[in-house]
Amino acid sequence: MSRRWAKLLSFLILFGMLLPPPAYAMHIMEGFLPAKWCLFWYALAFPFFIWGLLAIKKRVSGEPGLKMLLGLAGAFTFVLSALKLPSVTGSCSHPTGVGLGAILFGPASMSVLGAIVLLFQALLLAHGGLTTLGANTFSMAVVGPFVAYGVYRAFARLRPAWAVFAAAALGDLLTYVATSFQLALAFPQQGSVIAPFLKFCGVFAVTQVPLALSEGLLTVVVFNLLVRYGRSELGLLGILPEEAKADVAGR
Amino acid sequence: MSLGVKHLFLLILVVAFTVFPLYYKRGAEFGGADDRVETVITAINPHYQPWCAPLWEPPSGEIESLLFAVQAAAGSGFVFYYLGYLKGRKNKE
Repeated sequence: MSRRWAKLLSFLILFGMLLPPPAYAMHIMEGFLPAKWCLFWYALAFPFFIWGLLAIKKRVSGEPGLKMLLGLAGAFTFVLSALKLPSVTGSCSHPTGVGLGAILFGPASMSVLGAIVLLFQALLLAHGGLTTLGANTFSMAVVGPFVAYGVYRAFARLRPAWAVFAAAALGDLLTYVATSFQLALAFPQQGSVIAPFLKFCGVFAVTQVPLALSEGLLTVVVFNLLVRYGRSELGLLGILPEEAKADVAGR
Repeated sequence: MSLGVKHLFLLILVVAFTVFPLYYKRGAEFGGADDRVETVITAINPHYQPWCAPLWEPPSGEIESLLFAVQAAAGSGFVFYYLGYLKGRKNKE
C-alpha cells in the first residue's frame, strides 16, 4: 500500500511541474455560457432530475432511517462544496461531495441533491449561476455521480474501501472535465473543440486533482463509519461489503 | 490497525494535500474569483460579453465568507449529528 501511495505522490508532483500558469477553477459563472447552450444543458439535465426525484421517492418511502441517510448524503455535498481548497495550480477550487450519495442511493438521486446545492450557491453566493444551472447540474450532479457509481460498482467486489476512494475521486475529477467540455463546446476555436477543451482542462481539471484525492479520502472515512455503525441502512440499500456481512454473521 | 488510527492517517493525508499546494506554489494568489475564467474565454473569443449577471451578490468578502461558513457548518452539523446518532444506537444494542 505504501508503494502505491509513493507512486501516486510522485505522479502528482510530476504532474504539478507540467502545470500551466495560475487559473481559477469552479462552476461556470452566470452569463458565461451562450443562451442556446444554457437551454441545451437544462434540457439534458432535466430528465435526470425527474429520474432522481422518482428514484428517491421509491427508495426512501416507508423507511425513515433511509431519509436520514439521504440527509447525510446531501449534507456531505453541502460541506464539501463550501470548502474552497488551494491547489497545485496556485488557485482554489472546491470538491463536489457527490460520490458518497451516488454510491449509497444511486447516481440519479444525486442529480436532485446536487441541483439543490448548486441552486443555493447560485442564489446566495453568486457562485455558478441560474442561467448556467443546467450545465453545472449536468457536470456536477449527473456526470460526477454516474462516474462515481460506475467506478464503485466495477471495483466494489475487489476492495470496497479502494472502490469508494476511486469512485469519489474520479467523480469529482470528471465533473470538471465535463465542465471543460461544456465550455469548449460553447467556445470552439476555428471550428475545433479539442484545443479549447485541453485549455479549459488545464484550468479546471488539473486544479481539481489534489482536491479529488482529498474528497476520495474523506468519502472513505464517512463510508467506513457507515459500514461500522449503520449496517441496517447499508443492508437495506444492498451495499454492505461482503467482509462486513461476514462480520455480522460471525457475531 | 484500528479504524480510528486508519482514519487519523487518512485525515492527516487530506491536510497534507491541502497544505502542499500552499508550499509548492508559495507566492501565488490562490484566488477563487471565478471571473478569471473570463481571461481564458476572451483569449479564445475576444468579443464575448457575459449576457447576464447574478441577481444578488454578497456585498463583501466578509459576507461571502459568512455564507460559506454557514453552508459548511450546517452541512457538517448534520453529518456529525447523524454519525453520533448511529454510534449511540449501536452502543445501545
